[in-house]
Amino acid sequence: MMIAPVGGAKHRLLPSCSIIAVLAALALSAQAEAAGTRAGSTISNTASASFDTGGGTTTVDSNRVDLLVDELLDVTVDSSNPADVPTTPGATGQLLTFSVTNNGNGVEAFGLTTIANAGGDNYDPAVTQIYLDNGDGLFDAGTDTLYTPGANDPSLSPDQSVTVFVLATTPGTVVDGNRGIVSLVAAAKTGTGDPGDSFAGQGEGGGDAVVGSTGADGQDAGAFVVSAATVTLVKSAVVTNSLGTTDPVPGATITYTIVATVAGSGSVIGLAITDNIPADTSYVPGSITLGGSGLSDAADADAGDYNGTRVNVALGTVAGGQTRTVTFQTKID
Amino acid sequence: MRTALFLLLAMLAPGQAFAANQVALDNAVFVERVSTDAQGKQRILLEEPKVVVPGDRLVFVLNYRNAGAQPADKFVITNPMPSAVRFADAGDTRPFVSVDGGKQWGLLADLSVPMEGGSRRAAQPADVTHVRWAFQKPIPVGGTGKLMFRGVVK
Repeated sequence: MMIAPVGGAKHRLLPSCSIIAVLAALALSAQAEAAGTRAGSTISNTASASFDTGGGTTTVDSNRVDLLVDELLDVTVDSSNPADVPTTPGATGQLLTFSVTNNGNGVEAFGLTTIANAGGDNYDPAVTQIYLDNGDGLFDAGTDTLYTPGANDPSLSPDQSVTVFVLATTPGTVVDGNRGIVSLVAAAKTGTGDPGDSFAGQGEGGGDAVVGSTGADGQDAGAFVVSAATVTLVKSAVVTNSLGTTDPVPGATITYTIVATVAGSGSVIGLAITDNIPADTSYVPGSITLGGSGLSDAADADAGDYNGTRVNVALGTVAGGQTRTVTFQTKID
Repeated sequence: MRTALFLLLAMLAPGQAFAANQVALDNAVFVERVSTDAQGKQRILLEEPKVVVPGDRLVFVLNYRNAGAQPADKFVITNPMPSAVRFADAGDTRPFVSVDGGKQWGLLADLSVPMEGGSRRAAQPADVTHVRWAFQKPIPVGGTGKLMFRGVVK
C-alpha cells in the first residue's frame, strides 16, 4: 500500500449565508414607557374654599399657579438582534439592527455614532454605513435612508422609535467562532450630561431642556460571530495486481480514496470533489463510490460522473463536523 | 440615613391681603427633590418650581386664613387635580378624595373604581381627581392653617 500525495482534487468553499433578513424582521422595537406630559404644556392649579359666615355659602378661589413643563432629554437604544449575527471572514454589508426610542417629552433629534473597538470581543467589525429604516423594519439600501451625521439626524416625537441598521465589514483575518461587537450610540442634539443638567431655554415649548436619567444618550451592543467552515482533503491510493502484490505494474488497479472533512461551526455549500485521471492510467468504468455506494459515470441525477478526463462528485452542502468519502479506480496502462 | 425637611419660608407665610369679610386661600407649588450628600445622607429639599419635568414630585401647599370679621362655618377646601399631575399622598391631613370627577367623596381607602365587566377594584392614588378637606368646626376670626398634598408630574 502506498500513500499518494494529494493532487488534482479541487474544492470550493462557499460558507452559508445565514438568514439575516429574518433577524431584521424583528426590528420593531418594544414600546417604551410613556414619555409623560408634553414639554411646553402648562400645569395649572387652583383650589377653592367654601364657607358660611352667616349669610349663606360663599366660595373663593385661590391664586392660580402655572407651571411650564420643561423638556426631558432621554433616549434608549436597544439591539434588535437577540443572538449573535453569523458572519464570515471578509464578508461585507453585514447587518446589525437597533431601535432608538425618544423617552423624552419633546421632539428631539439624535446624533448616531458607533463603537466597534470597545473590547470584550475578538475583532473589530469595520462599520461602513448607518441606515435609517423607512418604517418596514427591513433593511433595503434602495428604500432606507443613508445616515449622514449632522445632515439627517433622526428627529423623534415623544415615545417614537426609529429602526437603525448598521452595516459592517468582517475582516478577512477572523477565524471560526470569533465575536465582534458593535455598539450604536444615540445622543440628544440639544445636549447630554448628568441627570438633572439643564440647558436654559432650549426645551421644546420655551422651557429648559433637562437631562434625564439616561444622560440624554443611550447605547446598546450587537454582535457578530464568525461562522466559518474549512475543508480538508486527504487522498490515498492502494495498488493491487494479479501477482497479489502492491507493485504498480502494468495492468495493476489503483484504488483512490479521497476523504473530505469539513470543520467549523458553519457549512460549506456547493462542495465538489474533482480529480483528473493521471497519465498512463485508464479509468475503471463504474468505479466511483460515495460513502460506499456506487455512482454512475453519466452526468445524471446521482452525484458522480466521469467525463473522459476527470472524476467529479458533487457533495452539495456539508456542515461542519461531517466527512465524505469518495473512491474510484484506475488501471495502469 | 437621616432625612431633613427644609421648608421654604414662603410656605409658612399667610396669603396676601384680601378684602374684609373674606377667607384668604393661598396656593403654592414646590418641587420636592431628594439629594444624597457625600456621607450618604438623604435630604429632601423643596424648591421653587423653576424646572419641572415628568416624574418630578410636586408639593401643593394651601394656606388659609379667615381674614373676615365672622367665624367661617362649613369650611371646605377643594383642589381639583391638574390633569398632568398624578396624586400621590396628602401627608397626615387625611382629606376626602374623589375618583370620579367630584361626584362621590370619601377616604381613598373606602373608594373603588369600576372595571370592565362590572366588577370594582380598590381606588389607587393615581385614580384621584379631586382632593377635599371639610372642617368640622368653624374657622375663628384670624384663624389660619395649612394643608398639603403631593403629586407626580405625569
